[in-house]
Amino acid sequence: MYKFLLGWRYLRTRWIALASIISVTLGVATLIVVNSVMAGFTHEMMERMHGILADVIFEGPGLNGFPDAERHMEEIRRVAGDYIEGMTPVVTVPAMLTYEFRGHQFNRQILLIGIDEATHASVSDFAKYLQHPDNRRKLSFSLHERGYDVVDHQSPQNAVPRPDLERAGWRHRKMWGQRKKELLQLEAARRRQQGPSQTPQDPFAGGGAGRDAQQRDNVFDETTHQHVGVIIGKGLISQYLPSEQADRFLAIPGDDVQLTVPTMPSSMNPKPTGESRVFTVVDVYESKMSEYDSQFVFVPLRELQDFRGMIDPSTDVANITSIQIKLKNEADGELVRDKLRAAFRAELYGIFTWQDKQSSLLTAVALEKSILNILLFLIIAVAGFGILAIFYMIVVEKTRDIGVLKSLGASRSGVMGIFLSYGLSLGTVGAGAGLGLGLLFVHYINEVRDVLESITGTKVFDPSIYYFFRIPTIVEPLTVGWVVMGSIAIAVLASVLPARRAARLHPVEALRYE
Amino acid sequence: MQAEVHYAPSAAKKRIDPRPSAARDFDDAEMHMAAVGLRKNYRKAAVDIPVLKGVDLELRCGEFLAIVGQSGSGKSTLLHCLGTLDAPTAGEVHFLGYRIDHLAATHRDRLRNEEFGMIFQFYHLLPELSTLENVLMPLMIQHGPWSYFAHRRRHVAAAKELLDKVGLSHRLKHRPRELSGGEMQRAAIARALVNRPQILLADEPTGNLDQTTGAEILAILRTLNRQENLSIIMVTHDLTIAGQADRVVRLAAGRVEQASP
Repeated sequence: MYKFLLGWRYLRTRWIALASIISVTLGVATLIVVNSVMAGFTHEMMERMHGILADVIFEGPGLNGFPDAERHMEEIRRVAGDYIEGMTPVVTVPAMLTYEFRGHQFNRQILLIGIDEATHASVSDFAKYLQHPDNRRKLSFSLHERGYDVVDHQSPQNAVPRPDLERAGWRHRKMWGQRKKELLQLEAARRRQQGPSQTPQDPFAGGGAGRDAQQRDNVFDETTHQHVGVIIGKGLISQYLPSEQADRFLAIPGDDVQLTVPTMPSSMNPKPTGESRVFTVVDVYESKMSEYDSQFVFVPLRELQDFRGMIDPSTDVANITSIQIKLKNEADGELVRDKLRAAFRAELYGIFTWQDKQSSLLTAVALEKSILNILLFLIIAVAGFGILAIFYMIVVEKTRDIGVLKSLGASRSGVMGIFLSYGLSLGTVGAGAGLGLGLLFVHYINEVRDVLESITGTKVFDPSIYYFFRIPTIVEPLTVGWVVMGSIAIAVLASVLPARRAARLHPVEALRYE
Repeated sequence: MQAEVHYAPSAAKKRIDPRPSAARDFDDAEMHMAAVGLRKNYRKAAVDIPVLKGVDLELRCGEFLAIVGQSGSGKSTLLHCLGTLDAPTAGEVHFLGYRIDHLAATHRDRLRNEEFGMIFQFYHLLPELSTLENVLMPLMIQHGPWSYFAHRRRHVAAAKELLDKVGLSHRLKHRPRELSGGEMQRAAIARALVNRPQILLADEPTGNLDQTTGAEILAILRTLNRQENLSIIMVTHDLTIAGQADRVVRLAAGRVEQASP
């Protein structure tokens, strides 16, 4: 009883202990904030990674993949059908994206992904990251009239505005189609004025007037027709303008872009060549993972297979590069992976969970988190040494009182208990205050960021780098528990040596201490 | 050869029924505490310095014994050895016929807490606690947290009663720094008595007080001795104060020089 009473009173009356309390408080608060932000980032990152990758990925060898998706999916169902909720075939191929903006041509290296409209959205969160609400409900590669999100639907507050998307859709396409038509008519009129002698004759042309009429009938009218649809990662067609604090789109839904892919080698055409086609942008993909958003372009699966020459003309069987599998229970990923690995030949097929695919990044993040925790716990260890020094001082100061307590019958363990409970009180108060401060900071972290940005005038958390408009945080109760308990334990451990010294004091020497 | 008998905590509460206080003749009274051939050396710079050189002393139940002597004569050391705060180099200390100087530390702690009350020249109240909490301290040490809280009202009532007895009922919440020297010593007396000890060991209880206040403190001790038959050993260098005791033992150069009634 007296141990707790004296421990608490020493805490209240010795203001020098406040220094130790502040150290513990700051250490605990920092650990809670850093862990919450790290957990928030990790969660967002994993969610986005998982958003594009299904639970289990069944891959073929190389870019040419393997034929007959249906037969493979049947076999997969036979092996692990009980665990599977859905599957979708995918073709992934490196490609080049070309588009024009204000007379300048932009070329981007991309990862072109052919997806099945009907099934793809059911195995991943892909649709969630599209900018048209109808596409989010049901994926379509048809251009919409209008209605693309001007304000980011994923983080409506603090979102960077995107005024360019207001005119996106058929309205935009009709406008630039009409303008293009007018320009062509002007050009034709100019040529007619210059006379027929000015126009070079095509020596291979035949047919004369009849052929011209046919060409006029088959002409592609941009104001009423679209090419095959393409969904492009936001990072590929937009720029963040710091001066305007807004995104500028270089291409928007309604524009045409050109995709160039390497064709699949075949017996007819053994050397791969580059094949280009024009597509119409129908939506923008924004997962807020800069790596994905600046790399991924999606087109209809059948179109890509045809485009690359992946369809066998004699059998009409197409190749795919992977099958994305969604499980009923995500936790069964490793089980299903192992079952499929046992059933399919390892040299022909690679079977991975989505975590396997991202293991290097996930391991790096986990390692980073561990090292950061160790470093931050050193802050509390420093506070621990502060407690040790201050307690030693207090033991010296309280030597006579220790003698009095012993003369009143306090045992060695009792005297030791006073200083241990002092350390416990100090640790508890410091950790409690740190807990409050840390949680408060985490709760208002974006407001704190705004204040810091307004004071320093620089972006503390640049959305163009992180693609998060708010700092993501998750407070994990278990982590917070460990941090608080660890800090209290350090405070108590730091008080052990001074407490032992106090307990070993000889009562008579202590009473006579000047 | 008679076997050596050690004090056992189980026998701690064997209360003595001292002989009536009306007569101040202690020859027939039971032996309450005794020192037999007590020696104590302090070691300083590898040299043994003898402080007590074979002290024989007896305290009868209900007796008020004063030990006088000059500074450095070993009075306080003798009191510390009797109160088990310090271990003698040689010799024995007996309490109610049991040997107590060789007891284990935990037993000695219990003995000091339950059977002996101690007061000091410089009062030694704990500055962080109120007067009432200082008086309650021996009870807090004796009881665990649950036991203390279970009987808290009784403990507080006993402490308040003692503080009332020493005239400090109006100073319960005051910290020691807010009390005068005399009040602090009274609070120390109340603290020493709260566990109803059998013997009060007082080390220069008036040494730091003016004559009037010293006399008041002495009167309190005298009253406790007379009315409640509390055995008291008081160390002092003041012969006038010592004269109030039933018996005076003079200590000189570590030996009992003279005992006078």
